[in-house]
Amino acid sequence: MSKTRRDFLKLAGACACTVAASQLVGANAHAASAGHGPAVPQPGNQHEHALHGTHWGMVIDTKRFTDPLLVQKCVDACHLTHNVPKIDGPQELKWIWPANYLETFTEHNHYLPDSVEQRSFLLLCNHCENPPCVRVCPTKATFKRGWDGIVQMDMHRCIGCRFCMAACPYGARSFNFHNPRPYIDEAKMNPAYPTRMRGVVEKCTFCVERLAQGLMPACVEASDGAILFGDLDDPASTVRKALASKFTVRRKVSLGTEPSVYYII
Amino acid sequence: MYNAKYIMPGLVIFLGLITFPLWFNVLSCTRYEAPQLALPEDQQECIIDAKVMRAEHMTLLNDWRDKYVRDGEITFTAANGKIYDMSLMNTCMSCHTNKEQFCDSCHTKNSVYPYCWECHIAPRGNQ
Amino acid sequence: MLEKALKGSPLYWFWLFFLACVAGVGSMAYLYQLNFGLSVTGMSRDVSWGFYIAQFTYLVGVAASAVMLVLPTYLHHYKAFKKMIILGEFMAIAAVSMCLLFIIVDLGQPQRAMNVILHPTPGSILFWDMIVLNGYLFINLLVGWVTLQAERNEVAPPKWIKFFIYLSIFWAFSIHTVTAFLYAGLPGRHYWLTAIMAARFLASAFCSGPAILLLLAFLLKRLVNFDPGKEAIKSLAKIITYAMAINVFFFLLEVFTAFYSDIPGHKAPIVYLFSGMDGFAQWTPFMWLAAILAFLSLALLIPAKLRDNHELLPWTLLFLVIATWIDKGIGLLVGGFTPNMFETVTEYVPSIPELAIVLAIYAMGAMILTVLWKIALGVKQEVGHF
Repeated sequence: MSKTRRDFLKLAGACACTVAASQLVGANAHAASAGHGPAVPQPGNQHEHALHGTHWGMVIDTKRFTDPLLVQKCVDACHLTHNVPKIDGPQELKWIWPANYLETFTEHNHYLPDSVEQRSFLLLCNHCENPPCVRVCPTKATFKRGWDGIVQMDMHRCIGCRFCMAACPYGARSFNFHNPRPYIDEAKMNPAYPTRMRGVVEKCTFCVERLAQGLMPACVEASDGAILFGDLDDPASTVRKALASKFTVRRKVSLGTEPSVYYII
Repeated sequence: MYNAKYIMPGLVIFLGLITFPLWFNVLSCTRYEAPQLALPEDQQECIIDAKVMRAEHMTLLNDWRDKYVRDGEITFTAANGKIYDMSLMNTCMSCHTNKEQFCDSCHTKNSVYPYCWECHIAPRGNQ
Repeated sequence: MLEKALKGSPLYWFWLFFLACVAGVGSMAYLYQLNFGLSVTGMSRDVSWGFYIAQFTYLVGVAASAVMLVLPTYLHHYKAFKKMIILGEFMAIAAVSMCLLFIIVDLGQPQRAMNVILHPTPGSILFWDMIVLNGYLFINLLVGWVTLQAERNEVAPPKWIKFFIYLSIFWAFSIHTVTAFLYAGLPGRHYWLTAIMAARFLASAFCSGPAILLLLAFLLKRLVNFDPGKEAIKSLAKIITYAMAINVFFFLLEVFTAFYSDIPGHKAPIVYLFSGMDGFAQWTPFMWLAAILAFLSLALLIPAKLRDNHELLPWTLLFLVIATWIDKGIGLLVGGFTPNMFETVTEYVPSIPELAIVLAIYAMGAMILTVLWKIALGVKQEVGHF
């Protein structure tokens, strides 16, 4: 009896070793085929008119957001384009929303001009270069696109564990506590973009679906030029020119997440 | 075997019950009738041969979803070179505007309940 | 051995029936949650984890605490725990089962839970937590069952089981370390971002888990006259004392770092928990109760005379369990999420369905524990070990 058991354990151990070894060889072969250094992933087939960038970024000119109507216009543009449900109270969902100075920059100065302290700042997903939400996701339902740096959500895969919400230092993520459908105005629903279902996390996607069609993100289009969008890797892009000529800040840089959204103060 | 007089009848009843749908269908001579689907009137061809689509559309949609969402692949090139967006709502449903009599009639008949429409929006032509 | 669970006193059956009723009511609440989503809970955009994950965290500690019996017995050949070691292992099984249930009820899309295995992500701590928890469940089932079987046959346990016993010691530490890493690796959550989070978790686990075990052992003595032995109780109480002292010490370390460094972000959660913030102070009484009970339990544990007084000890243990439960089963989660990422306060109050589901899972855990302990004690009775 004990002999057969020992044999079984030996066999099981040998099997485990073989599997591990084959995995290792497989991984090596994969690394070899990719050549030296990490390979830059490329997107699949695109339209010719699609917008291309290797690190999408945003510059928000907060000086231009003195008019609450413009703020609302940007928020509405996003939320209507993406069928974001309107739920009041602490279980709300939002992709882009206004906040005051103290909420936006939690490490703040004193004695600032009133115009700054009373300004509205648009908050959204920062599409970090080093996103903690991606690091913690147990299913790769949220992931960073290797070719353009956008932090994307796969709503089909999300299990709703909300680890990403605990990990995001910017409070950029919303969870569908409710079934969202009853909270979307049917008359205003965008028939070209899906809604979400109950129990998944959602957030700003930098309008990947619009970039693919050659369009700027919805909030950028609605902002009358107050929000700039472009490739941070391209020194000639509008965002890089703005960053080179104006003083900008990002939220919570000390955490090392490297946000891709900049604020002109 | 002990307690055979209890176990054997129990087994027979159990087997009878779990095979009920099989022999009930055989005995009652119900025949499966393929549902009549509403096909688009103004379109002649699908992106892939209709026969293949009938058998493989779920695999294709799964494949599209991963490619579109995760790999940034936007377009699908048909065998005849025509380029389509990989989109359930914006490509498939722009021709198949009648979800109830296209998707649902067949799915319901076959007791398949995919959850596509909990998020994806059925075409307005449906309402 | 399973047949041992099928014969019992009316009290045993009534107890199981009662637990089944509680579990039944909670299951209804869960059906309600399945239909209406997590909107039926008190969780929100800002406090996105609540009682479920808090209970999960507390119970991982309870599960890990079995090692406080296993380690002295197998690494130090300490004989006194031999009699009750199976109770510890079976309690670990019940606790891990509850942990897994708490994770499942917390998911927004529970039917997709297998995605964690379909799309394995070694970079995610939750992936590792899934592995260590299921592994710990398996190890304890195996070790508990095999050693009990050996006891029943009045032979020494097979040699190969030793490997799994030693493995269970390391594994116990790993489950609570990995659970601490769920919290300790998140940038921007000041209350959790601390290097001693895993150490704190282990200290709190090694006092609260054995305390619960000892409380239940006192109950067994009354109900079925099972006596774990004076020596065992004495030693376990000593372990509890040291672990609780370390637990309180570690918390005070956090307080020192936050307040001597005077960094606002680090102070804010502690200030919120103990004195409230922006007019929100709902958990303050609980936290002070926890603090008072923690020191009271230490005062009653440290003097050997009081600790060895078996009239007083159950009360001391009860105080300790309440204190550690408030600290880890409420304070840890609420403090991590408050103040929120915008340095404002959104308060969290668990809803009635949420509490019903929590109770149901505790009832299910109690059912598992009752049945397993019934089997263990039945075997011990059969071979005349008590």
